[in-house]
Amino acid sequence: MSSGTLYDKVWDLHCVADLPGGSTQLFIGLHLIHEVTSPQAFTALEDKGLTVRCPERTVATVDHIVPTTNQSRPFTDPLAEEMLSTLERNCNQYGILLNAIGSGRQGIVHVIAPELGLTQPGMTVACGDSHTSTHGAFGAIAFGIGTSQVRDVLASQSLAMNKLKVRRIWVENRLSPGVFAKDLILHVIRSLGVKAGVGHAYEFAGPAIEALSMEERMTLCNMAIEGGARCGYVNPDQTTFDYLEGRPCVPHGEAWQRAIRWWQSLSSDWDACFDDELRFDAAVIAPTVTWGITPGQGIGVDEQVPTPEQLDPADRPIAEEAYRYMDLAPGQAIAGVPVDVCFIGSCTNGRLSDLKAAADVARGRQVASGIKAFVVPGSEQVARAAEAEGLDQVFRDAGFEWREPGCSMCLAMNPDRLEGRQISASSSNRNFKGRQGSASGRTLLMSPAMVAAAAVTGHVSDVRLLDC
Amino acid sequence: MTQTLDFPQGLITSIHGPAFALEGDDIDTDRIIPARFLKCVSFEALGAQAFADDRQELEGRHPFDLPAHQEAKILVVNDNFGCGSSREHAPQALMRWGIRALVGVSFAEIFYGNCLALGIPCAKAAKDEVRALQMAVGKDPAAAWTLNLETLNCSNGEESWPVYLDPGPLEMFRSGRWDATGQLLARDAELRSTMNRLPYINGF
Ligand code: SF4
Repeated sequence: MSSGTLYDKVWDLHCVADLPGGSTQLFIGLHLIHEVTSPQAFTALEDKGLTVRCPERTVATVDHIVPTTNQSRPFTDPLAEEMLSTLERNCNQYGILLNAIGSGRQGIVHVIAPELGLTQPGMTVACGDSHTSTHGAFGAIAFGIGTSQVRDVLASQSLAMNKLKVRRIWVENRLSPGVFAKDLILHVIRSLGVKAGVGHAYEFAGPAIEALSMEERMTLCNMAIEGGARCGYVNPDQTTFDYLEGRPCVPHGEAWQRAIRWWQSLSSDWDACFDDELRFDAAVIAPTVTWGITPGQGIGVDEQVPTPEQLDPADRPIAEEAYRYMDLAPGQAIAGVPVDVCFIGSCTNGRLSDLKAAADVARGRQVASGIKAFVVPGSEQVARAAEAEGLDQVFRDAGFEWREPGCSMCLAMNPDRLEGRQISASSSNRNFKGRQGSASGRTLLMSPAMVAAAAVTGHVSDVRLLDC
Repeated sequence: MTQTLDFPQGLITSIHGPAFALEGDDIDTDRIIPARFLKCVSFEALGAQAFADDRQELEGRHPFDLPAHQEAKILVVNDNFGCGSSREHAPQALMRWGIRALVGVSFAEIFYGNCLALGIPCAKAAKDEVRALQMAVGKDPAAAWTLNLETLNCSNGEESWPVYLDPGPLEMFRSGRWDATGQLLARDAELRSTMNRLPYINGF
């Protein structure tokens, strides 16, 4: 059993009571809600005659269904409009802050909470969205939850949870140029499989992790869930504090100093016990691309689609399904596979540094003919910061569309979607069948720089071979 | 289609009804309920939309479309069922279609928790046992099966397979305390003292 880890400390601090049945009631410090998984929770609350326990610890945004072209109200899609107006009504009724479109603070829930300083080390965070693990980048323990649990958190500001095992993922050395946090996490998931993390919290540590920026740490923790882990985190350090300092929702003055001291005390002890530890070498990781229909089906851009013989027998059935669905042959090189759509955005890779990395590739180049390429900033703040640096112009000059913030084609609940068997190069997090809006559409996951490289060459390309 | 009245409530000690198999590892929640059906402010219509894209692809031959399966209550799946998105729409779609229990090799964690919150047990069994059970339920789709949470087996009266449920959830089903809200609300004093000791609630 683990002890002395950040996970253990935060768990103990937030433990309210032991529940019959063996689970623990855990206090939730920050509850993030959005339009897709909250309406039914509010209805359930009303049905039970309950109210919101801590509206001041609940924060809302709208992201999944917003159009990224014309955001004027009412939305063209009446269902999307109904979802947003339901959220507005609920937030109004219960006194919950909604970061509305045009407020300057709207965006994808996992982008805005960190940039507003809402997410802080040592907090428990919950949100009705699986990629809530993102917030672990700050040394928070952050869980994605279902709608019944959203109702529970609204009603009681707490959750019934079982304690997880803690696995340390230790990463030596540094990532090479052209290789990003996205490649690192795709590499980890490829190596361990999509189920390895079940029942675990992942602590990411080691020199390669310490060297990552906050935005890269967010990318890493964001996809911990795709490796089966319930949450992922990085111990807070100076990089964390530097990122947070001065943000709207963090303490100031003496309280800031006290906060830092408390946050430092939460890091895993040098002699902490982990349930197990796995080691990786960052230096050997190449830009990584998925070829299949789970995030675990990834390979280096210089590799070939694995043959069944190269795979563990247990992985063969899903590989066979992936060959058919993706129309990729075993043994085929992934570099050179033509793409139709290039999408840069999402809570995995829709932050300023992601857009910069992609713009560095796009600058002075042109999107290959016949390819639709678009950039969707993760939030209004990201969009305005990128525009201030002229990144929007770099993208437009290169033939990319520059859009308004939202989840967009990460899950295609808005008008941005693949059509028919189109294949996308995507900086998002899931390549499941049908994920990007077409039941037969195909997705290749990769870093934003690699998406930009695919856009300008028209096919999967090793970004390290383009000179930037 | 099942009516609201039949949704799980109270003590859950056994689930009784026809069963069928849905084969495949890693069946994710995007497949159980494609994202476009998440555009709703209530769960009501989801039953008819379960596995919409897979069903369309198979043109009526999908297990959820076969007439013989329409009264089924128990679904037998393989490994890592319900992975991917946390959407509770997935178990809601299965529940509203008529499913009241699942048996499989393993379930994704959030999906498992969502099912628990709805009163739908997800029982586990070893890989080979699940295969054999899938064969057995396939032989006669009309046969009634019982997933018994007291004796921890799934049986048609003639053959029986042992299943496993984690002790916590098992206890919650058997005692009728799987609906967590009431329990959580009962400890508000403790909640307040937890809040009082957290620096970030109190200006550090
Ligand atoms: S960007 Fe994608 S993964 Fe992230 S919250 Fe939106 S839909 Fe979910």
